[in-house]
Amino acid sequence: MSNAKVNQIKDLSEYKGVCIVAQHQDSKNLPISFELIHEGMKLAKKREARLTVLILGYKIDDAVNEIAHYGADEVIYFENELLKDYSTDLYTKTVSDYLKKNKFEIVIFGASSIGRDFAPRVAARIGTGLVADCTKLDIHEEDGRFLQTRPAFGGNLMATIVCPNDRPQMATVRPGVMETATRLEEKSVVTLIKPDIALGDIIAKTLEIIYDKSKHVSLADADIIVSGGRGMKNKEGFELLEELAEVIGGTVGASRVAVDEGWIDHSRQVGQTGQTVRPIVYIACGISGAIQHMVGISDSDFIIAINKNPTAPIMERANLAVEGDLFKVIPELIKEIKEHKGMA
Amino acid sequence: MNIIVCVKQVPNTNDVRINHDTGTLIRDGVDSIINPDDLNALEEALQIKDSRDDVKVTVLSMGPPQAKNALMESLAMGADKAILVSDRAFAGSDTWATATVLASAIKKIGDYDIIFCGRQAIDGDTAQVGPEIAEFLDLPQITYVMDLEIQKDKVVATRSFESGTMVIESRMPVLLSAIKELNHPRFMDIRRIYEAHENEEMFEMWSAKDIEVDLTQIGVKNSPTKVYKTFVPTREFSGKKLTGTPKELANKCFNEILHLNIV
Repeated sequence: MSNAKVNQIKDLSEYKGVCIVAQHQDSKNLPISFELIHEGMKLAKKREARLTVLILGYKIDDAVNEIAHYGADEVIYFENELLKDYSTDLYTKTVSDYLKKNKFEIVIFGASSIGRDFAPRVAARIGTGLVADCTKLDIHEEDGRFLQTRPAFGGNLMATIVCPNDRPQMATVRPGVMETATRLEEKSVVTLIKPDIALGDIIAKTLEIIYDKSKHVSLADADIIVSGGRGMKNKEGFELLEELAEVIGGTVGASRVAVDEGWIDHSRQVGQTGQTVRPIVYIACGISGAIQHMVGISDSDFIIAINKNPTAPIMERANLAVEGDLFKVIPELIKEIKEHKGMA
Repeated sequence: MNIIVCVKQVPNTNDVRINHDTGTLIRDGVDSIINPDDLNALEEALQIKDSRDDVKVTVLSMGPPQAKNALMESLAMGADKAILVSDRAFAGSDTWATATVLASAIKKIGDYDIIFCGRQAIDGDTAQVGPEIAEFLDLPQITYVMDLEIQKDKVVATRSFESGTMVIESRMPVLLSAIKELNHPRFMDIRRIYEAHENEEMFEMWSAKDIEVDLTQIGVKNSPTKVYKTFVPTREFSGKKLTGTPKELANKCFNEILHLNIV
């Protein structure tokens, strides 16, 4: 097999339309799919082009019919029993074969651990660039190029990347950052494709998938997040946050330090290397607010910081900066809320 | 068994600061380190080496000449051989071009059973170079590896994903990418630091010519993706500051929360 090359395309105008690659689990579309459609529609409109959704799986008619209600021009369903579970080999082959035949101008994937596993292989197989983990996508007003913006150096710097000479222009998009598409009455055309794949195409074989419910904490959907950092001091400190979260009806998150110290599970990590969140209120307790953390919470509607140190970076960026000892303030706050709710 | 570990020397991004006037990175006084996930990849290779007597671990890096430091550290941790591919022609390479260079270097090394990478580097955070190398070498891959077992002629790896784990089996040769849950990297061994410095043949530097890489696919000019612009994220502030006794603070804070209509 000879490798694909970049810088080979003579006529870029042959490439038209926007394509998104949807993701699902247990026959349900994951939120990233609707975020990709929202972005895809925005880009397609600016390019006056069509939006196509690709979805791969087996017996997922419900997910396919549902995703057809979000405004795409076409939904293409690749159905095969072998696509039931994710496989790097088969997903790469199915999507690459399709993209070789159908010349899209833009293709976007979710930057989930699955999307980040096979999008680079697709890019390498078809011979184009790929921009990882984008947090903003746009079209250049004059030259029509795809502007792909992402954080670099741990979020200290933002970089806008272009892919001038190769097509499709491809990006993965960070989950939880983009807005979600709205459901419509009308339905897209659904096309069924039986992909040309066989058992022999699988080299790395999935033997088992273990779903871990405790890992399934979706901070991305939480309206209220109570989050702790170095200032929580230990595991017991997080018990105080659990209590506050419970009375206020929120979910507990954490900074990288707290996760690295082993005070709380990695699944709760918020920030550059954790999850991006967009709650109504984010209560940051004993979190200094390193830029890596701030990039993950910047879409919160309201940030409350409780910190002893008035010069901590987060105190400069919170909507409400509470200067005090969190081990004294939080118990009082829990008391206030309980009294208000008639729980005391 | 031959294992090639790809490592990258990176600035410690925790220490990187921004000059807000110029919008550029202040690199002065920022340490260069081996990328954290790459240390997990190296540690796993060394553990495999510790567990059997036929293992050779080669560490490979693409970077400027000073990246030799990272490779000397890898040797001091226990690697058998270190190769730095370094050439002006590689400067400014994106993930496509970097993977092209590393895949060419791996072809030159030749005999391998496992290629080990870190999941992603802390300066770029792309996680793309590993899978792109695998594609260029036509190898199966398992990324986000948190547990690994070597069986006769295959590997069985536990891979982490958002809702749990997958157990994946693959033949060798295979490319694996490590995450920090895989292990705890060891420290350098003082004796091995001396050994690595005394045995010059443990370290080699290769240029573009040495690895017969396709020059039309590498470097800043031929990289498919290009930086259009960079900017410092804006930080607007219009917040309120509260001081007082814990009780007063809790009360004022609670009143603010009430305005949000969430309780």
